[in-house]
Amino acid sequence: MKVSEAARDAQPIAATADKKSAGPRARISADFLFRNLSAAVAMLVAISLLGILIALWREGWDALHHFGWRFLVSTSWNPVSEHFGALVFIVGTLISSAIALIIAVPVSFGIALFISEMAPRWLRNPVSAAIELLAAIPSVIYGMWGLLVFAPWFGNFEPWINDHLGALPGIGLLFQGPPMGIGMLSAGIVLGIMIIPFIAAIMRDVFLITPAPLKESAYAMGATKWEVARKVILPYTRTAVTGGIFLGLGRALGETMAVTFIIGNADNLSASLLMPGSSIASVIANEFTEATTHLYKSALLALGLILFVITFIVLVLAKMLLLRLDRMEGRKA
Amino acid sequence: MSATPRIHPRAEPGETAATAGMGAIKIDVRSLNFHYGRFQALKDVSIQIEERQVTAFIGPSGCGKSTLLRTFNRMFEIYPEQRAEGEILVDGENILRSKKDIALIRAKIGMVFQKPTPFPMSIFENIAFGIRLYEKLSKAEMHVRVEGCLRQAALWDEVKDKLHQTGTSLSGGQQQRLCIARAVAIKPEIVLLDEPCSALDPISTAKVEEMIEELKNNYTVVIVTHNMQQAARVSDKTAFMYLGELIEFGDTEKIFTKPDKKQTEDYITGRFG
Repeated sequence: MKVSEAARDAQPIAATADKKSAGPRARISADFLFRNLSAAVAMLVAISLLGILIALWREGWDALHHFGWRFLVSTSWNPVSEHFGALVFIVGTLISSAIALIIAVPVSFGIALFISEMAPRWLRNPVSAAIELLAAIPSVIYGMWGLLVFAPWFGNFEPWINDHLGALPGIGLLFQGPPMGIGMLSAGIVLGIMIIPFIAAIMRDVFLITPAPLKESAYAMGATKWEVARKVILPYTRTAVTGGIFLGLGRALGETMAVTFIIGNADNLSASLLMPGSSIASVIANEFTEATTHLYKSALLALGLILFVITFIVLVLAKMLLLRLDRMEGRKA
Repeated sequence: MSATPRIHPRAEPGETAATAGMGAIKIDVRSLNFHYGRFQALKDVSIQIEERQVTAFIGPSGCGKSTLLRTFNRMFEIYPEQRAEGEILVDGENILRSKKDIALIRAKIGMVFQKPTPFPMSIFENIAFGIRLYEKLSKAEMHVRVEGCLRQAALWDEVKDKLHQTGTSLSGGQQQRLCIARAVAIKPEIVLLDEPCSALDPISTAKVEEMIEELKNNYTVVIVTHNMQQAARVSDKTAFMYLGELIEFGDTEKIFTKPDKKQTEDYITGRFG
């Protein structure tokens, strides 16, 4: 340590001695420039974030002020009578994203596990590439596919869902309604497919860097692939996996085009997942061009602010969850 | 939680008890060849490892000693491009051909690696993990069992107040002793140690070597080591390997005092490797 420091100090002196140019000084100023440049770039992110937040707040303020806290709990959205409430869209956003996660997390886990632990080497890259390509498909394509292909096909199953799941006491309420194909459930499923590549890619990467001796220790005890994955690999990669899941959730919450195509765009609240609904992003996309009055436009921007806040809360919850897990294990004790 | 525990091979009556006895051959390797893809890492290796003895594998890096160790529990199998040909008889049964569940073979064979590999769970769970794979114990029974394992590793007094902290919170030497305790918690018959002290300081090394001495009473121990003094200290038999071949195998004392082969002598006197 001491030696290398001395060497570093000695270097500029030697350089000055060699050629009496501004060499060392130039180096210092280049370093100064580089440091400030990277600081500026980093600040840019924070500034744009803050800027967006302020803009949404200012523009949405009129609606928030006009309706007060009732904006959050009212289910009525009536541009004609200029009465706006956000609950239908908040619920739609949360439920469609929740469905997406319920589908995407186990599937991604399976994909990542297959690639990292089971697939022969020659199959690893093609499967990985296919997953990454899935992420490259524009969301409007997912929307069109969802509306024109998936929804009609899915509609065939809905009578079955009606008859079986719909007949269950309690949760049956979630599965009743006309077989339209489009609706909250379809939107959630398509969203799920859309976020799989993000979650699966992160899981794959961290599974692959789990130290081989750690996995081997568990295999050596006679653990099966599933036991190794569940008890060793997953806990070891927990932080990154949670990060990946919440990255996917963030995408699902904000996804606009695909959802707008298949969620059905109804602005009333329905218990059934088979019924059409709306999400915050979809209602903004649908109605922004039609928002002629000031209050209408302000209400839409206030919705944007709410989406911003929801995403923020989700991220905070994720961090808290990880902290609690750490504490439970005594890592921080 | 995992499903119903598998039946531990030790629960099978007769078989193993009948063949037990000092000096019996525990692992009988016959003309073993091993390939990493196209590279041949073991060439026609035959070796007989005795029960309840410490057998050391020594030799320069890349000589195949770890590879040989890893065939005893078919660890290579999780990597598709690695394959072994020949026979490895454990208690008379060829494990390379065995149709038995691989988990049952591995349950008889504990393994400890070069770097400590505590599982990402509490100290208590690190021990309980393996036990749960084979036995369904009540909470109290499990506690007794875990305590016993930790005492055996002389680790109990050091960790008894922090059983629920992660294994990674321990020092390197403690982690390695935890790993040994974890390996013997499932009551194996053979313990494989792959350079268990190469990442440890001298004091921790001494403690691990003490453990190895203890293990000998109940288990067949095979240790791979780079440290020739260690092989001389802990082992009864020593095998010297070079470039994938078994050059010489015999009593440790003989190997280190008057080896038959020139290559062995050159290596132990530090002339190469």
